Amino acid sequence: MNAAHWWRRTAWLVIVLLLLAAPFLIEAVLGRAWVRIADVALLFVMLALGLNIVVGFAGLLDLGYIAFFAVGAYSYALLASPQLAVHWPFLVLLPLAAAVAAIFGILLGAPTLRLRGDYLAIVTLGFGEIIRVFLNNLNRPFNLTNGPQGITLIDPLQFGGFSLAQTHSLAGLTFTPVHSYYFVFLACAVLSIVISRRLEDSRIGRAWVAIREDELAASAMGINTRNMKLLAFAMGATFGGVAGGLFSSFQGFISPESFQLLDSIMVLCMVVLGGMGNVTGVVLGAVLLTALPEALRYIGPLQQRWFGEVFIDPSDLRMLLFGLALVLMMLFRPAGILPARRRVMEKRHAAG
Amino acid sequence: MLSVHGLEVAYGGIKAVRGINLEVGRGELVALIGANGAGKSSTLKALSGLLKPHAGHIDYDGAEITGKPAYHLVRRGLALVPEGRGVFPRLTVAENLAMGAYIHTDKAAVSRDFERAYALFPRLAERRAQPAGTLSGGEQQMLAMARALMCRPRLLLLDEPSMGLAPLMVQKIFETVRAVAAEGVTLLLVEQNAKLALETCDRGYVMESGAIVLADTAQNLLASPQVRQAYLGE
Repeated sequence: MNAAHWWRRTAWLVIVLLLLAAPFLIEAVLGRAWVRIADVALLFVMLALGLNIVVGFAGLLDLGYIAFFAVGAYSYALLASPQLAVHWPFLVLLPLAAAVAAIFGILLGAPTLRLRGDYLAIVTLGFGEIIRVFLNNLNRPFNLTNGPQGITLIDPLQFGGFSLAQTHSLAGLTFTPVHSYYFVFLACAVLSIVISRRLEDSRIGRAWVAIREDELAASAMGINTRNMKLLAFAMGATFGGVAGGLFSSFQGFISPESFQLLDSIMVLCMVVLGGMGNVTGVVLGAVLLTALPEALRYIGPLQQRWFGEVFIDPSDLRMLLFGLALVLMMLFRPAGILPARRRVMEKRHAAG
Repeated sequence: MLSVHGLEVAYGGIKAVRGINLEVGRGELVALIGANGAGKSSTLKALSGLLKPHAGHIDYDGAEITGKPAYHLVRRGLALVPEGRGVFPRLTVAENLAMGAYIHTDKAAVSRDFERAYALFPRLAERRAQPAGTLSGGEQQMLAMARALMCRPRLLLLDEPSMGLAPLMVQKIFETVRAVAAEGVTLLLVEQNAKLALETCDRGYVMESGAIVLADTAQNLLASPQVRQAYLGE
């Protein structure tokens, strides 16, 4: 075994061990609140990877992506809560959430097949709002979604009698719910990464690249552009749907509030900031953009400690600094933290 | 190999092609010439399945293909080199060619196709790792043709291969058109450069405001006073 190979394996082993130990390390260093943030970050990794299929791989700008997250979340919540008085097992519900989201993906994709760029962005934006408005108003004539009050008492993930909502202990470690969910989300996020990578290198991935680069030429190459675009919408939506189902079970409560335009924009920022089309970049983007606004919460107490008083309202300052960070990122790394391989190559040739 | 009857193409209410008839025999090199806006590109788009015709019949290889989508026709050996070349600018030359071979999955045969393309266009072999967007216009046209050949077409539709190219490059492109024809591919060539097109092809059609006004052998068309006056500037 050569040295480079050995280093690679060791590096991978360290990463895996760190990921497994992360919730306990984070709890010890930053406190339990940050374990919850890590859970949310993993959900956003799934969302960002799903949107990356649509925007990064196939080049279809989608500003309503959070709608699929909402569809997945409500599919799960309705069938695992007192709302409709049904309690299906999550092993049925997660695939169902994925399938329902995929159907909505095709419903959005079909009428927008001829649209590109800004026109597509406007239609998808409208679609996202329509879903949210529906969820807000489907409490009449019969109460399906419970309107703005949302759905409460959603079942947690349960394996037989083993509920993730209870605290367990194993080998001297305490697994509170946020710890247990971390491992479920980690597994799903890793699976999403693997699927994304496989898709990227597949025939389907190449067809998406061709459509992104020049749709007319793509169809002249024998690519069925209609089906491939629908497939991109459906695959992307599937990731969102599963993440939504997990989110429902994790929170135990959902309402239309959680699925706003701003959330769609946030996921899009993760994709763009991380590096559109680059799976590793998108994962990093999702983690950073989840952690950054949380970290900026400490600005308030810091002001107090340094200056003896709070000059600027911490919540205002937080969003201001967040915006500033985004602007700086885009100025200094316009193609994202880790640009897709293609962009790197392009730059090299432009320079040489 | 290709026969077209009463083809009409319309955009909204405006008819760009008003019922044309056209024949291309196996192994032939046929030119479709005419001024800007005569309906040449619309005809090619309808033939290749990128546009649905408004009326008429298109028969290819003994079967009707009217209104069949492009991805279906490519699999049957009918390929188009689109107007304005349409290479994938951010993909490398080799990746562009690989896209051309999208419908073929037999690796060994595809790698033979690669060798054939590089032999036909040595310039592309030199630039195989370079993004297509950084090639010159003439090289992009070569790439577009090479990429279309990767689908192993039996009938190749070429839309304005000389557009926007330097005269020397135009000569080169037409040499490769002849080379492609020599490999046994049937060609239908749409051109504004009537002289070169007719000098290269066996037969020609002249199109004017959506209708075919003349159809003859290339030699006769080159000699016809009507063509000389309208298209050869004499």
